[in-house]
Amino acid sequence: MQDLMSLIWLIPVLPFLAFASIGLLLHRWPRLSAAVSIAAIGASFLLSLLVAIEIFGGDPGRVFEMSVRWLEMPGLKVDMGILVDPLTAVMLLVVTTVALLVQVYSLGYMEGDPGWASYFSYQSIFAGSMLGLVVANNFGQLFVFWELVGMCSYLLIGFWFGKPSARDAAIKAFVTNRIGDFGFLLGILFLAVVFGTLDFGQLAALIPAYHNLAVLLPVAILLFFGPVGKSAQFPLHVWLPDAMEGPTPVSALIHAATMVAAGVYLIARAFFIFSQVPQAMLLIALVGGFTALFAASIALVQNDIKRILAYSTLSQLGYMVMAMGVGAMTAGMFHLMTHAFFKSLLFLAAGSVIHTLHGEQDIWKMGGLARKMPITTWTFVIGALALAGIPPLAGFWSKDEILLGAYAGGYTGLYLLGSLVAFMTAFYMFRLIFTAFFGGNKGGEHAHESAPVMTGPLVILAVLSVVAGLVGSPLTGNYFGHYISVPGVAHHPANPVIMSVSSLLALAGIGLAWLIYQKQSVQAEDLRQRWSPLYELLRHKFYIDEFYAWLGKTFVDSGARALEWIDLKLVNGAVNGLAYLTGWSGRTLRYIVNGQVQSYAIWVVFGVALLLATALMTVFTVLV
Amino acid sequence: MKIDDLVFLIISGFTVASALGVVLSRNIVHSALALILTFIGVAMLFFGLGASFLGLVQILVYAGAVSVLTIFAIMLVMKPDPASTNPSTPSRATHILGGLLAWSVVVGLGMAIGFSRWPSLPAEPAGFDTVGVLANLLLGNYVVAFEAAAVLLLLAVVGAIILAKGAEKP
Amino acid sequence: MIGLNHYLLLGTALFGIGVYGVFAKRNAIAVLMSVELMLNAVNVNFVAINRFLQPDAALGQLFAIFVIVVAAAEVSVGLALIISIYRQRQSVNLNDFNLMKW
Repeated sequence: MQDLMSLIWLIPVLPFLAFASIGLLLHRWPRLSAAVSIAAIGASFLLSLLVAIEIFGGDPGRVFEMSVRWLEMPGLKVDMGILVDPLTAVMLLVVTTVALLVQVYSLGYMEGDPGWASYFSYQSIFAGSMLGLVVANNFGQLFVFWELVGMCSYLLIGFWFGKPSARDAAIKAFVTNRIGDFGFLLGILFLAVVFGTLDFGQLAALIPAYHNLAVLLPVAILLFFGPVGKSAQFPLHVWLPDAMEGPTPVSALIHAATMVAAGVYLIARAFFIFSQVPQAMLLIALVGGFTALFAASIALVQNDIKRILAYSTLSQLGYMVMAMGVGAMTAGMFHLMTHAFFKSLLFLAAGSVIHTLHGEQDIWKMGGLARKMPITTWTFVIGALALAGIPPLAGFWSKDEILLGAYAGGYTGLYLLGSLVAFMTAFYMFRLIFTAFFGGNKGGEHAHESAPVMTGPLVILAVLSVVAGLVGSPLTGNYFGHYISVPGVAHHPANPVIMSVSSLLALAGIGLAWLIYQKQSVQAEDLRQRWSPLYELLRHKFYIDEFYAWLGKTFVDSGARALEWIDLKLVNGAVNGLAYLTGWSGRTLRYIVNGQVQSYAIWVVFGVALLLATALMTVFTVLV
Repeated sequence: MKIDDLVFLIISGFTVASALGVVLSRNIVHSALALILTFIGVAMLFFGLGASFLGLVQILVYAGAVSVLTIFAIMLVMKPDPASTNPSTPSRATHILGGLLAWSVVVGLGMAIGFSRWPSLPAEPAGFDTVGVLANLLLGNYVVAFEAAAVLLLLAVVGAIILAKGAEKP
Repeated sequence: MIGLNHYLLLGTALFGIGVYGVFAKRNAIAVLMSVELMLNAVNVNFVAINRFLQPDAALGQLFAIFVIVVAAAEVSVGLALIISIYRQRQSVNLNDFNLMKW
């Protein structure tokens, strides 16, 4: 036990070592780089598995922690440390599993890409940063890794930086995250000032006894800025759909399974703060719920396979955040885990399709892929069923937990909203499936099944998508909630009504999609005509991007023009004026240099006379 | 009034008059001759101050060598009409400004001298061997400066020859 | 009673005459001679101060000797320069010596 725990620090460090060795030494040999990267994340995965077995084999309250002093100043001590509790263990397992599978998958997907070595080095540093974030035992360290994963996200979104759209998307992601991270950092600094420590354990002991809501409320809201940015909640959601410009495995790993879930993880980790502030909890629940509905409605009309999945991710992240907000932390983390598996599965399967269609992402130009790519198709269907919440797949159990939490917590409105989102989710997922995978062939003549290196991870993730839900289902006695829960909050018993209602809603969504897109008994075009204003609104994503662009144009640009004027006229004027003055004085004073020795002599003697006068003045002052 | 004072007044009047002759004469040769008289006047002042060795050096170097050199140079660059060889600056402004500055320097220094308070004068030691003391200083504590002065003179001679000879036409 | 002040005033007078000469004369040789006047004024000061303030040490006279040496060097080089410039410009008029004009 102790031997194993003393090796935990290797879990984040190994991928960092892989990154350093690839970046410094091995980047000339792409295949070796990939091997090193995969070996490192594989070793991390094995260690995480052992740690998870150790943690989940024992007492739920057991925590392993170790740390070294990082910096110390008056009033604040920050450590670099490792905190392993069941929450960490779950995240470790999820992150290493998905990262390992995605890297193996990338062997096939990124085949022949000139940036292969740097791709794997980025993957390694991302994995290391994400694992460092997960094991952090204080806010300071967490923030460092939080920024590192943000940087990796930026690098990987802009991986194909030759494409202007990829560059723009990377910058957009970076800037949007900056807004959230700024608030997050302010919240952390607030904590440091008020409590003098950033350690989770110490804060968890201090905060429940600290009843000053005037301090805790701004702290909680500022801290929530971080998840809003990183987990792409409204109104900072705009970067995530654009982030799909990155390679698809990156979308699967970073922008579906792990990094975007870091915000949810942060809320769970800092739950001891949020749970003290009911107003903040309400805000979180409302933001999450709104994002869930908002993103799901946009997903209904998207045509790009990856963008549909991206809005679905947004919607599901909103679900998790909503779960946190209604106090169902267990359900939120559970959904995080299952979502990581089935959403990365969906992305990887979509990547398999895109790969075989040479970059085609429009679902209306696909079709009939089921016969040509059976493994991809059926794994995708499993993932979609899991996402839609069809029992007994993983998504059913976790989504149900959230709906149960909302209902039992008294948030009936949010429960209804969540149910509506579940219906919409099933509809848009199967709209995608019926359009892209079944029906007539529309241009995928040369489609063929992907290589085993790509289908292997799909199959593994499909299996996980089926079974992962069982750990938290009532069938197994709610094993998950036994370990990850808020102390003192009773777990709500399963409610068969809620279960059956959500299942029926999901089935209804699938059925409606089948009617419209498979059987075509209702023409999609007619619906589009009839609901034209609503369709246009959704099509343009509620004009949020346009609104931000307008904001930028109106306020930022006018500010920039004012600053430009100041720079050109005042600053440049001062500098150029000084230069002109120097030149003018030179041009004027040069007439002193007239070549006449005697005039020079006059100046010299004039100086002597001045000195003499000064000396005499001094003498006079002394005498008088 | 003691006879010494009278002698000083006569000598100093003679020296100042000669110096004025140097700057006021319109003939450069006359100026040079007045300069020689000034040097001799200064030498006589040195004698009066008990610096007889220095007075001799003054006569030898200045009244002898420097004056001869100056007159030699005058002869080399002489214009046909000697009466206007040493004109004043035509610019009236320079003239007035220079004169004012010279006056202000004289007045200022004179005021400074007037304000100065000196310690009571010690009696001159009898039979003071000035030349011996100078020799000890020159070849003792100040030997480096002495050597440097020698080198300077050598360089001045070499430089003067090169300058006066002019660059050789290739 | 003639004292140090009288000698110093005499030196000042000689110096002022030299300054005036430097300003007012056009002939370069005359300017050089005015400089000699100024140097002699300094020598008078040196020797007078030596005589009246420290008659038992000949330091003032020593410095006067150095001044004379330097003056001799200066006058020889200065005259050589004047002759050299005269060769080029056929003039010893300082107003014509404006090679270093702006």
